[in-house]
Amino acid sequence: MKGRFGQFGGQYVPETVMNAVMELELEFEKAIKDESFLEEYRYYLKEYSGRETPLYYAKGLSEKYGGAKIYFKREDLNHTGAHKINNVLGQILLAKRMGKKRVIAETGAGQHGVATATVAALLQMECEIFMGEEDIRRQSLNVFKMKMLGAKVTAIKSGTGTLKDAVNGAFRDWVTNIDNTFYVIGSVMGPHPYPTMVREFQRIIGDETRRQIIEKEGRLPDYLIACVGGGSNAIGIFYPFIEDKEVKLIGVEAAGLGLDTDQHAATITKGSLGVIHGMKTYVLHDEDGQIMPVYSISAGLDYPGVGPEHAYLHESKRAQYVAITDKEALDAFKELCLMEGIIPAIESSHAIAYALKLAPKLSKEEVIIVNLSGRGDKDINIIAREMGVDLHE
Amino acid sequence: MNRIDLKFNELKDKKEKALITFITAGDPDIVTTVNLVLEIERAGADLIELGIPYSDPVADGEVIQESSQRALNNGVKIRDIMKAVEEIRNKSSIPLVYLVYYNCIFKYGIEKFIRECRQVGIDGLIIPDLPLEGRGEIIDCAYENDIYIIPMVAPTSEERIKKILKDGRGFVYCVSIKGVTGTRDRISTDLRGYMNLINEYSKIPKAIGFGVSNVEMAKGFSKYAEGVIVGSAIIKAMAASPNKEEGIRRAAAFVKELKLALRDNIS
Repeated sequence: MKGRFGQFGGQYVPETVMNAVMELELEFEKAIKDESFLEEYRYYLKEYSGRETPLYYAKGLSEKYGGAKIYFKREDLNHTGAHKINNVLGQILLAKRMGKKRVIAETGAGQHGVATATVAALLQMECEIFMGEEDIRRQSLNVFKMKMLGAKVTAIKSGTGTLKDAVNGAFRDWVTNIDNTFYVIGSVMGPHPYPTMVREFQRIIGDETRRQIIEKEGRLPDYLIACVGGGSNAIGIFYPFIEDKEVKLIGVEAAGLGLDTDQHAATITKGSLGVIHGMKTYVLHDEDGQIMPVYSISAGLDYPGVGPEHAYLHESKRAQYVAITDKEALDAFKELCLMEGIIPAIESSHAIAYALKLAPKLSKEEVIIVNLSGRGDKDINIIAREMGVDLHE
Repeated sequence: MNRIDLKFNELKDKKEKALITFITAGDPDIVTTVNLVLEIERAGADLIELGIPYSDPVADGEVIQESSQRALNNGVKIRDIMKAVEEIRNKSSIPLVYLVYYNCIFKYGIEKFIRECRQVGIDGLIIPDLPLEGRGEIIDCAYENDIYIIPMVAPTSEERIKKILKDGRGFVYCVSIKGVTGTRDRISTDLRGYMNLINEYSKIPKAIGFGVSNVEMAKGFSKYAEGVIVGSAIIKAMAASPNKEEGIRRAAAFVKELKLALRDNIS
């Protein structure tokens, strides 16, 4: 089977979409080698999204924790507030090149949905976003944004009403409208070529980081830390460093209420091999293969599968995967607000939390880079609720 | 000989078209499933697809999604379904195939699943999310146990059809539309052209499924193939019933009507 990362990945999809994924694979391979396509992609990344994003040295935070130097790759400063737009620009430009008129996407936290609606407006494509009912409730601001941007938002009531159900909904639409529709998958997941394609559109994060850290420190970092739901921001920053064995790669999953409860989304830490959404990877499921409900305070991390390349990096021990609870993420969130004046996404707060645990154990010469994948404006309501503050007027 | 082959041979001799019916195992409960299979066989079903309920059935529309969810909410497990098949087999020799998503087989254990299928009397598997490219993971084990992997073809398959149908066994599941399961008022696929293409590459019987909502449509489909597959329409009829007994009665009545229409169609 094509598109494998070791035993992971593949194309486990209904026959109806097989020709479409094969066509996509061909078109992607052509586009990614076509200088005019890349030029257009880079043009929008720079002029529209505002790249490159800074690699910021968090001096105050580093000094307070008294260990390693902590840097943040500021993906939160992208247009639409997260790394998601890197991938969306790539995919929708490809969709346009392929002559598609309509794009669809799934969304969990709403960041990928907003990014897709944004670029669809920019490039004048019809756009429909699928979102779980529970997530619509949790992320009403993003739902409203998508509508303002001209997208249709369709609520998915089936299953748990979260990200995985949104993927199912988008998938069913794709099967039905395969001729005119391009499915913009938001993470390094799904059938081949998506995990590879999304990685190629996100590797800009790591490519810039590499250049920037050499400029600032004259060497490569010791640690790269990123949160992992599907895993696109993590692959994006990890990938250009995979061959540099001295750089330790750490993916941070959501431990929710704790790994000893059933209220978490730590797929690599607690899952087992399975097949979900077209790929073979680690999955949280029962002994009959029924996908289990997952939980995290973060709507962007509560996914019961994980990108197949992460599964491979875990199995081959090139990367290490750890888990951070809701509470630890919330504490890190508050810490970044107070110490650096940055309101991070609750997803990214998981990576920050781990960095704050690790930093004091390291020497002052060591360097940690955390991928600050998104900004936290979208999470203000849920954070307020957790803190017992009522924002309703 | 596999019961699927026996059945299609028998129907060929009788010049009849096969009525293949789908029901979800465990909806509304597993005892009802056993009775339902026996009743719809009596009403004229030639082959029964037993759906193993799955939490994330991406190839299915709302009717079957909801049916799966009802079964899962009742706590039905694969081992309960295997036991139910064993019970059915004591009373019936109708060909039985599982409609099962790949993760259920994979997680349960491919060899264990297939061995149990043979032990209880399952004849084939339809795996909607395992395309040709992944079939190698399961096909040797299945064939060694005389379990057929039913090949699926879609209107988008085009030049893939030849490869999909190479060494196909049982029957070809011809998906009538681009889309998921569920009833449609009409379909836009050019069935004649589509089925001609499929017939070019395979000698085993063909059955057309997805979208059949009534007797007239079943009749229409049967002109182009050796069998017609009906699922969502039966489940809809059952789900709308006030109780289980009435559900079985309505499903059986609908099956009877379908089979009569398919018999009439042979001219």
